[in-house]
Amino acid sequence: MIPKSGDRFSRTNGTVCPEIMLEQKDRAVENLRGFGMKKILTSLALLGLVAIGTGAAGTSAFAAEEAHNAAAPTHFPINEPKEMSWSFTGPFGTYDKAQLQRGLKVYKEVCSACHSMNLVAFRTLSDLGYSDAQIKTLSAEYTIHDGPNDAGDMFDRPGKPSDHFPAPFANEEAAAASNGGAAPPDMSLLAKARGVERGFPQFVFDIFTQYDAGGPDYIHSLLTGYDQTPPAGMVIPEGTHYNPYFISAVSLKMPKPLSDGQVTYDDGSPQTVDQYARDVAAFLTWAAEPHMEDRKKMGFRVLVFLLLFGALVYLTKRKVWEGVAH
Amino acid sequence: MSEGHSTYTPKTGLGRWFDARMPLPRLVYDSFVAYPVPRNLNYAWTFGGILSIMLVAQMVTGIVLAMHYTSDANLAFGSVEKIMRDVNSGWLLRYMHANGASFFFIAVYIHIFRGLYYGSYKAPRELLWILGCIIYLLMMATGFMGYVLPWGQMSFWGATVITGFFTAIPLVGDWIQQLLLGGFAVDNPTLNRFFALHYLLPFMIAGVVVLHIWALHVVGQSNPTGIEVKSKTDTVAFTPYATIKDAFGMIVFLFFFAYFVFYLPNYLGHPDNYTVANPLKTPAHIVPEWYFLPFYAILRAITFNIGPINSKLGGVLCLFGAIIMLFLVPWLDTSKVRSAVYRPWYKLFFWLFVADAVLLGWLGSQPAEGSYVFMAQMATLFYFFFFLVALPVLGLIETPRRLPNSITEAVLEKNKGGSGHPAAAAAAPQTKG
Repeated sequence: MIPKSGDRFSRTNGTVCPEIMLEQKDRAVENLRGFGMKKILTSLALLGLVAIGTGAAGTSAFAAEEAHNAAAPTHFPINEPKEMSWSFTGPFGTYDKAQLQRGLKVYKEVCSACHSMNLVAFRTLSDLGYSDAQIKTLSAEYTIHDGPNDAGDMFDRPGKPSDHFPAPFANEEAAAASNGGAAPPDMSLLAKARGVERGFPQFVFDIFTQYDAGGPDYIHSLLTGYDQTPPAGMVIPEGTHYNPYFISAVSLKMPKPLSDGQVTYDDGSPQTVDQYARDVAAFLTWAAEPHMEDRKKMGFRVLVFLLLFGALVYLTKRKVWEGVAH
Repeated sequence: MSEGHSTYTPKTGLGRWFDARMPLPRLVYDSFVAYPVPRNLNYAWTFGGILSIMLVAQMVTGIVLAMHYTSDANLAFGSVEKIMRDVNSGWLLRYMHANGASFFFIAVYIHIFRGLYYGSYKAPRELLWILGCIIYLLMMATGFMGYVLPWGQMSFWGATVITGFFTAIPLVGDWIQQLLLGGFAVDNPTLNRFFALHYLLPFMIAGVVVLHIWALHVVGQSNPTGIEVKSKTDTVAFTPYATIKDAFGMIVFLFFFAYFVFYLPNYLGHPDNYTVANPLKTPAHIVPEWYFLPFYAILRAITFNIGPINSKLGGVLCLFGAIIMLFLVPWLDTSKVRSAVYRPWYKLFFWLFVADAVLLGWLGSQPAEGSYVFMAQMATLFYFFFFLVALPVLGLIETPRRLPNSITEAVLEKNKGGSGHPAAAAAAPQTKG
């Protein structure tokens, strides 16, 4: 029913289907034929058990999923993303500016050949520790198509800090045509637009551990997840590349983008795929959530205030209700 | 219980002048200062106040967001990102508004379950309960339309799926769907009318909230014992007793709210909504916001045809039926005893129902396949069983525990059993009233 294309990037066959889940249901009808209302009704006795035994029932559902054939997986990604340690996670998380600068370098020298970053303006790079002069120089390296001028003509000019990163392709169609039919996604929000479902009970623990690195963990795992041998018998569509960390299929159109030593670092950091992947994932997290540091800093103050205010109000409440049994 | 005479006496000349012409201060005094509330209300009763501040917070943040938002299918996604990046504290406004919707629903679910547990819907509070159900319906419509506005992938496909329900209605279904969408598919006209309605509905909610509070002040609050107020010793004055308790409840609630706004602002959202809507690309799993998941599970549980009703219409009927059940609760429950505290069997079924609702929520987030479908069918069956069988039958066959004669007696019994407060303290409950 759902056009599950082999590739998240690919333009699908265009099945716009407003009744998509209703059709899904029809398929379920097929599965359940011969099950019958009567049998369902007789299962009434099981009802309480089902309600209470959520955990047990859930486990059996998972077990059924596990049974799928390794060569033809039905749930993606095949491997869960690896949880890395990041400077920006946790209640006091901050971006590592040196890491963001390295990530920017990786983006500029590698990713930006295909991926746009339309929402990010050069001026915001001051968050990465660059001075105004550095940002001016950096933006001037880019050519911006602008216009029309007084004569009505479009023209090219050097970039200014107020400009956004220019896109590598004129439009989405051109991007798709140059990349085997799949337009590479814009990277501005990628770190928030990707996240593998955590499942029960992990999603409960995530509240207490403040796990907010689903995006960067995914990006890092994907970038370091190439060069693996697919299980015997797995069919990899032509023009795609096997990656067990890819979120929606066994393989994706993007070939392995990074290799050791490809980008030169000035600060002595290891020039490995793993390091590149960490740095660019951190950079994309900043690109997607530039005000995260402010947010967490303000959050701490707000919570401390509410804690103190709450304590005072509680004591007042005790005093007011003193002597009034309730 | 509030229909007594007003005790408001204006102290200044201006106060008397005002009171003779438009007694608004008297109304406020009678409603929020002198108003008698049962002395035994627990913290479950603070959620009415919490919901009021959440409604105000949503309206304030929403109005400012609307100043920066553009409801055009080509510009909406970018305008939201502009708010997140360039508007001063725009990220705070948007995260407060998005998470505020979720916490609004958390509060309303606790409020509804509290009503179910303590039998707050029973005579003479049926109308109060129904007004609450109407608020809940309006909230659902508002929440759904608000989720469409950022024009992400889940916005678009959620809107497509949910408006698709209406096509299941015989004869007029297609017409209703096209009226909602402003066309044959979700597009710019849909976004514009959803924005207009998303701005309108909260004011309608506020209007019904006024009626809800009006009805409440006529019949008075119920309480954990479910016994009506009989004498003055059963109550305390709203201010300072309820005010300070509500204030503490609100602060605790805001603490959890702030925790999500500042540390987990995207936890309750879906990553796909950070990808701009694409009518040509269907997400692998279309899921609505978490607060609709139990109903979504019920909708998808009906995979079989029943006579002339096909599975599609059956699912939609069950979905709406699940909500209609709430409206009928005052007449489905046959018990003469209000509170679950004195109803051992009802208490058991109530908690099974809570577990069932949570289970349905989880199933709603899972793909409709394999054993999930069967589990959803069982859970749906129990959902309706609770309302249509358990509520009417338990009231007839259950032997309730002995009820205290009055609220005061219940409070004294409780305090005798526990340590701490001497019972004598109950003698002067409204020294400040």
